[in-house]
Amino acid sequence: MNQATARQRQQPWRDPNAVPHVKLVNVTKRFDDFTAVNNLSLNIYKGEFFALLGPSGCGKTTLLRMLAGFERPSAGQILLEGIDMSTVPPYERPVNMMFQSYALFPHMSVEDNVAFGLKQEKVPKPEIKKRVAEMLELVQMGPYAKRKPHQLSGGQRQRVALARSLVKKPKMLLLDEPLGALDKKLREQTQFELMNIQDELGITFVIVTHDQEEAMTVSSRIAVMCSGEIMQVATPAEIYEYPNSRYVAEFIGDVNILEGHLEQTDASHTRIVSHEVGCAIHAAHGVDAAIGSTVWVALRPEKLAISLEPPADPGVNCMIGEVWDIGYIGNLSIYHVRLPGGKMITSAQTNRVRLVERTITWEDKVYLTWQPDAGVVLVS
Amino acid sequence: MTTALNRSTLRIGYVTGYAAAESSRLGGLHARLMLFAPYRITVQVLAWLGLTGRGAVILLPYLWLLLFFLAPFLIVLKMSFSEVAIAMPPYTPLVEWLEDGYLQIKLNLNNYKLLVEDNLYWSAYVNSVWIATSATLITLLVGYPLAYGMARAPREWRLALVMLVILPFWTSFLIRVYAWIGILKNEGLLNQFLLWLGIIDQPLTILNTNAAIYIGIVYSYLPFMVLPLYATLEKIDQTLLEAAMDLGCRPLKSFWVITLPLSLPGILAGCFLVFIPALGEFVIPDLLGGSETLMIGKTLWDEFFSNRDWPLSSAVAVVLLAILVLPLMLFQRLQVKQGVH
Repeated sequence: MNQATARQRQQPWRDPNAVPHVKLVNVTKRFDDFTAVNNLSLNIYKGEFFALLGPSGCGKTTLLRMLAGFERPSAGQILLEGIDMSTVPPYERPVNMMFQSYALFPHMSVEDNVAFGLKQEKVPKPEIKKRVAEMLELVQMGPYAKRKPHQLSGGQRQRVALARSLVKKPKMLLLDEPLGALDKKLREQTQFELMNIQDELGITFVIVTHDQEEAMTVSSRIAVMCSGEIMQVATPAEIYEYPNSRYVAEFIGDVNILEGHLEQTDASHTRIVSHEVGCAIHAAHGVDAAIGSTVWVALRPEKLAISLEPPADPGVNCMIGEVWDIGYIGNLSIYHVRLPGGKMITSAQTNRVRLVERTITWEDKVYLTWQPDAGVVLVS
Repeated sequence: MTTALNRSTLRIGYVTGYAAAESSRLGGLHARLMLFAPYRITVQVLAWLGLTGRGAVILLPYLWLLLFFLAPFLIVLKMSFSEVAIAMPPYTPLVEWLEDGYLQIKLNLNNYKLLVEDNLYWSAYVNSVWIATSATLITLLVGYPLAYGMARAPREWRLALVMLVILPFWTSFLIRVYAWIGILKNEGLLNQFLLWLGIIDQPLTILNTNAAIYIGIVYSYLPFMVLPLYATLEKIDQTLLEAAMDLGCRPLKSFWVITLPLSLPGILAGCFLVFIPALGEFVIPDLLGGSETLMIGKTLWDEFFSNRDWPLSSAVAVVLLAILVLPLMLFQRLQVKQGVH
């Protein structure tokens, strides 16, 4: 509980005087005529659990490999604690990486795998023994020290890979899709273990993932990437509740995007007329766009209330449609509602009472309503 | 422990399930084929001999080995216990029917005694082992960088490079060794080239020396070294080298601690593929070697064709086989060990 509050309280990115641990300045990486990372700048602070999230081919792995030193930026700088790392080879960087395939050395025992990095540093033998034992204890692999990687299960290999990349006490740990090979249950459990280990050691973690749930769970901040550029950097809650573009809104979680024209806006109110959904939309924040321009409202399914009864003012924040399909997933019921224009809207309702008979069923005429502060107006 | 147990049981379950599906599919085919008389009769004859279809399939390689390896070997073994005779074939029979009702089996151990007593044979064996061993090591030193380069070449080049390694096989081995005479002799291409470059003023005597034999063996058996090495090197996961680098290992050192140990199976396979034929090699020492070069393959040839001493040359062959079986058995054990992994 204390850890969790500490994690919430530490928000160095809000402090203008905080010195970033890692600073990327206008980093570009080109492969022949393909630009993998395009003029990207980013600050990562000490002790952060930073996630790079994006679809495959968005440049997140290239960015991670540049941090590790396997790729050199075509332009720009990567500063670790103020020192330019761009030309430092991987074997001289105080940074370690946990590989997607784990890359355990198949001809070495678990123990030797973990000791490998320390041996390269010529650490005295008794100390290697002690630190390897400690690390294996941390990842609960002590009893398997003498085994070879092929004698371990996927989850066990993943732990050994983690121990191997942490044993040198790097300034930064890079994780490339570390949990991709594990099944869902084990993945969730490991996510929390990763967070605990990170808290315990205080090392900056940078994780690459395409799994948005994973990014939301483990990270202090998320950078959503798209074709070599960062679309938004924010905490998981901010990314989810206040996406800055349709791309981010659609990438993280499910969302309904309603198109309309901006009618009026001030500091705390915005009114949009949408022909697509057939009502006026009120939002509880201002937008920076010209009156009359096309804007979009992002509405999360769980923020839409579904009802058979019309609300007091059906002209504002109310869509009328017909139930097209219902998905029951235990804790939630997902309603797919078809508006008269043909647009499909998704609404998710928590199943608060045990479901015996639905009050709302297929082909019912329903009213979807939401509060003005439930939606976000997007201009791009 | 429990998880390991569960995993192994699971795997067994999987295999049996698969095998069952497979056999039932084949069973369906079998039932349909039983309608045809030739198939039915074959099956019935085999069954009468106590053979199932599966047994017949396994029997085939055994028959092959029996016919083309064990039977000739037994003939050679038999010959090695006989005496030279002016006859056709030129040795005495092992088993003879004497007129007074005796069956005489005469085992002549003098051939083996001669092999032990005569220094010529001993030094030929030792020399052959020495030449084969050092030639194998030279082949490894030449072949490893070659295979490494091939395995690291762009993917689209690799097939072409493998083809280039195999290409010499399109020409007869004998012709290729003959070609080396033209290159290595005193007024040959190599000497002419070196003289033209001005590196030497007197032609080097290479042909008919041990150096020529080494060149011949290394050249002829290089593909047998390169191909298994390439196969193992190509399979090594490149991220392992990245991981080593990431953990502070310099590229040159990571070769010694990662690449080399992981390519050990390829090194062993290549070495055996070169060592075994090189040990009994006779064409190369005959064509490229000098009169002072003593190799067991050539000795055997001389005994057989020049001296027409079939029994003695058979004894030489039997001992040679015994020398070869030893490393082969070691190799076999190693492969079994790897099979367990």
